[in-house]
Amino acid sequence: MGAEVFDRIQSRLAKGEEEGQSPPGQARAPAGVSHGILVLDLAPGAVAGAARVLKEEFGFDVFLDVTAVDWPGREPRFEVVWHFYSTAHKVRVRLKARVAEASPAAPSLTPLYGSAAFMERECHDMYGIVFEGNADLRPILLYEGFVGHPLRKDYPKEREQPLVPYREGFEERG
Amino acid sequence: MDKRVIPIEPAGATAKSAAFEYISTRKDELVGWARKFSIFPYPFVTACCAMEFMAVSSTPYDTDRFGAALPRFSPRQSDLLMVVGTVTHKQAPILLKVYEQMCEPKWVMAFGVCATSGGFYQNYAAVPGIDRIVPVDIYIPGCPPRPETVIDGIMKLQEKIAREKHPILTKDF
Ligand code: SF4
Repeated sequence: MGAEVFDRIQSRLAKGEEEGQSPPGQARAPAGVSHGILVLDLAPGAVAGAARVLKEEFGFDVFLDVTAVDWPGREPRFEVVWHFYSTAHKVRVRLKARVAEASPAAPSLTPLYGSAAFMERECHDMYGIVFEGNADLRPILLYEGFVGHPLRKDYPKEREQPLVPYREGFEERG
Repeated sequence: MDKRVIPIEPAGATAKSAAFEYISTRKDELVGWARKFSIFPYPFVTACCAMEFMAVSSTPYDTDRFGAALPRFSPRQSDLLMVVGTVTHKQAPILLKVYEQMCEPKWVMAFGVCATSGGFYQNYAAVPGIDRIVPVDIYIPGCPPRPETVIDGIMKLQEKIAREKHPILTKDF
């Protein structure tokens, strides 16, 4: 049942690209199905358009998550990953886009999904991805004054940034 | 040749301070005995150790036998701060504030390895042991500790309270 929807999504996105509705260079890798999820690897500029098509034409009404993957040594270094769920078709779609370390910017999906605001804040905390269009990227799980992004692979695991100064006789690591 | 000076206290003074010490020791024993059976815990419960905390508070283990059954949810009314579970750096200011709001005399228990040493967490989030934030009187190992271990910890704390000095009027008495 999922396969039929997935075909329709793919041909719709390909058509949109041909007609110039979304920026070119959309598909970086051929779309595939992984664990029953349709995976689309897009250019960062194409994500917002694809999400709009998914939401408005295919009933992907649940924004599940946005997170990132750090690939040290790869260029571009980060892969931002979005998941959507359709309560109408009962299938999931994953969008991926690669962004460079120098300007880790991805489009914000807050105009489409209100819940994206919080998850984008978390992803900004942990990986330092900047979601353009999300005006409120204050720390949500971390605290003001925290330096660095702890889920990046180059963040030292033993580094401590205590909020309360340690008692006498204890030293901060890192 | 100078005469060697042997310092001798007047007989009266020695007897007086000995009597004072005797009374103050007995007073410490009495107050310690009373205090060790009225430990009102404040549960600062943050993580999975809470499950074992519930087990140890329930009927089969019955911490009321040790006078430590009735949790007070106001730090001002409690004597024992039980830190049950992982404390993160973001939570540390709250822990410190709760500790500072408790009235003297007060004791702190680190319940489980997370509170004791951070346990297996070594990352940006977890405090590697709450003794970095507040002074700890008793550490209970285990992930989570068995209720028997907790009861052993409470009994050790009782012994410690019984042995302590309990100044009431001045620092000497
Ligand atoms: S010591 Fe184990 S059971 Fe207790 S809070 Fe830590 S991880 Fe959870």
